[in-house]
Amino acid sequence: MKAVVVLFPGSNREGDAVRALEMATGKKPQIVWHAETELPAGTDLVLLPGGFSYGDYLRCGAIAGRAAIMDAVRAHAARGGLVLGICNGFQILCEGGLLPGVLMRNKDLRFICKMQHLRVERADTDFTRAYTKNQIIKVAIAHGEGNYEADDETIKRLEGDGRVAFRYCDAQGVVGGLANPNGSTNDIAGIYSDKLNVLGMMPHPENLIDPLVGGIDGAGLFKSLVAA
Amino acid sequence: MKARVTVTLKTGVLDPQGKAIEGALKSFGIAGVDSVRQGKVFDIELSTQDRAQAEVLLKAACEKLLANTVVENYRVEIV
Repeated sequence: MKAVVVLFPGSNREGDAVRALEMATGKKPQIVWHAETELPAGTDLVLLPGGFSYGDYLRCGAIAGRAAIMDAVRAHAARGGLVLGICNGFQILCEGGLLPGVLMRNKDLRFICKMQHLRVERADTDFTRAYTKNQIIKVAIAHGEGNYEADDETIKRLEGDGRVAFRYCDAQGVVGGLANPNGSTNDIAGIYSDKLNVLGMMPHPENLIDPLVGGIDGAGLFKSLVAA
Repeated sequence: MKARVTVTLKTGVLDPQGKAIEGALKSFGIAGVDSVRQGKVFDIELSTQDRAQAEVLLKAACEKLLANTVVENYRVEIV
């Protein structure tokens, strides 16, 4: 598993992403600057980390989604290569045309930073094989714009094709209602591309890989990727 | 040549910022406000003097970056 982490001006979770990937793969992933036009040869996984790329100016992820490296990321994804966007990375994937829909301002306008339970919707993808279907995991969320919106037809397609990766739920696994932190349509916390090789998610699995910081439920995602 | 691009949210898209502004206006006692939708305005200076060329260029700017057409509409005015 050769992983790279793309660094944009304003990314700030690349360190966590590097640590999680290193823990899972045993190798430090290469950091790739956004102005590069090619990914290193043999790249298996591209990770777009969280943060505030370009200060979130214009719209979250809008400018990063059109950065030079993104053409290479789009080509990698079109070849079936794995792409994971976390938080701002998810926003970048939507703005960059790799995933449908858009992340809007949280419904109560607050930046939310807390632990959050998720339900793993399917455990047969390269990102989730180390989990079980409907497993409840506890990870962190930290975002102001995590309210996933798309037109009705897109939502119907995502649901019908099994492209919802994670949903917000409470500790008992009850989805939605008060467990939905940001107003996301259908309690969506993450979605896949049509070929299931691109995953965008608002929560931070890379922050829950060490018992020292409150849990290791995020580690499964990186374990899954190593086995992919 | 100068242009103004206005980007607004499409009808039906939730606009919590607009809602908060609407609530604030009401709480300040400004009567008669039914609803508020927030948008963005870009004032752009162009090097071209050709109107048709400007329109093509501005449309490209909107489609490529200024608006996210999933949830936003845009309007171009050459002033």
